[in-house]
Amino acid sequence: MEVDQLQRNFLEYTNLLFREGFLDGQFSQLQLLQDESNPDFVFEVVSLFFEDSERLLNDLTIALDQQNVDFKKIDAHVHQLKGSSSSIGAQRVKNTCIAFRDVCLEQNAEGCLRCLQQVKQEYLLVKTKLEALLRVRVPHLFSLEQQIVAAGGAIPMLNDFC
Amino acid sequence: MAATEAQFHVLAVDDSLIDRKLIERLLKTSSYQVTTVDSGSKALEFLGWNEDERANSNEAFISSKNQQVVEVNLVITDYCMPEMTGYDLLKKMKESSILKNIPVVIMSSENVPSRINRCLEEGAEEFFLKPVRLSDVNKLKPHMMKAKSKDVEKPEKQEKQDNNESTEEASSEIQLQTQQSHQTAQSNNKRKSMDDGPTPDRTRPRYSGFTVMSN
Repeated sequence: MEVDQLQRNFLEYTNLLFREGFLDGQFSQLQLLQDESNPDFVFEVVSLFFEDSERLLNDLTIALDQQNVDFKKIDAHVHQLKGSSSSIGAQRVKNTCIAFRDVCLEQNAEGCLRCLQQVKQEYLLVKTKLEALLRVRVPHLFSLEQQIVAAGGAIPMLNDFC
Repeated sequence: MAATEAQFHVLAVDDSLIDRKLIERLLKTSSYQVTTVDSGSKALEFLGWNEDERANSNEAFISSKNQQVVEVNLVITDYCMPEMTGYDLLKKMKESSILKNIPVVIMSSENVPSRINRCLEEGAEEFFLKPVRLSDVNKLKPHMMKAKSKDVEKPEKQEKQDNNESTEEASSEIQLQTQQSHQTAQSNNKRKSMDDGPTPDRTRPRYSGFTVMSN
């Protein structure tokens, strides 16, 4: 595939993710920090986010499964998840965490369970989209980003086209 | 003194691995030497802080111990950390005679005016809302430059200073200028944060798909 076409596809997809609110400006900031000396920066940070989130979601599930729910602990976990999602620009996950914390304050266990479901959903959604953008999903099929780099192009930034 | 090409060394403190990776990349992009630690106590350890009160209040005691302390030009720390908050770390540094002149910057994901004011009053140079960006990191240099110029007039040179009035006047003039720009920057931060009100998340305009780059 032509580099230009690939770059356009990548941009269009990223743009779509921005428009749909999955990603916000912080994700662009991450892309800004990636260069020839740190070519895998975005991938590395996003991978950390996946690991971190899955651990936290697991901890939250366990915490909410207890006889006596420890709301302080739940709040701490959600605060962490909010922080890491904010740091990579995963806007919808972040916003769900903000709502989660409010429900936690009310010490509403039922509400918290619903919030947890919501966060899990949002996380899975953004994970799928980010994987499409960045990682190898099927062995013979490269992610858009990898295709561009393999074809000799650079990963475009939205503002390149302004 | 031409110290323009000397690399500044920043110590970054954050319990979040992702945020440590981010801040490290931000700082390295700005050509700073970076060390990251995951807690306030590890930060103090790295800085050579001593439990012994005498060591912290008596510079002569330290020099006699001949401690090899790594030079750190600025500490940037997260506010919310288990065991020791960024504020606690700031306070300990300001109470220590060997560490009080190192500029400290606090980062937080929460926009709480009372928290921000408390930190600034305790002596933090800046308060950044997370996620921290390149434009924030660009604000660090003046603080490190100011601290470096202060270093030039260290107490060991006090006797010389008393005898040389003209040098003192010139250096205090420089300090006043940097202080003024520093104060403006500080009050800008205060104003910004107070206008935002007690909302749990900042109200900076959200990007709608386009990167706004300020050069």
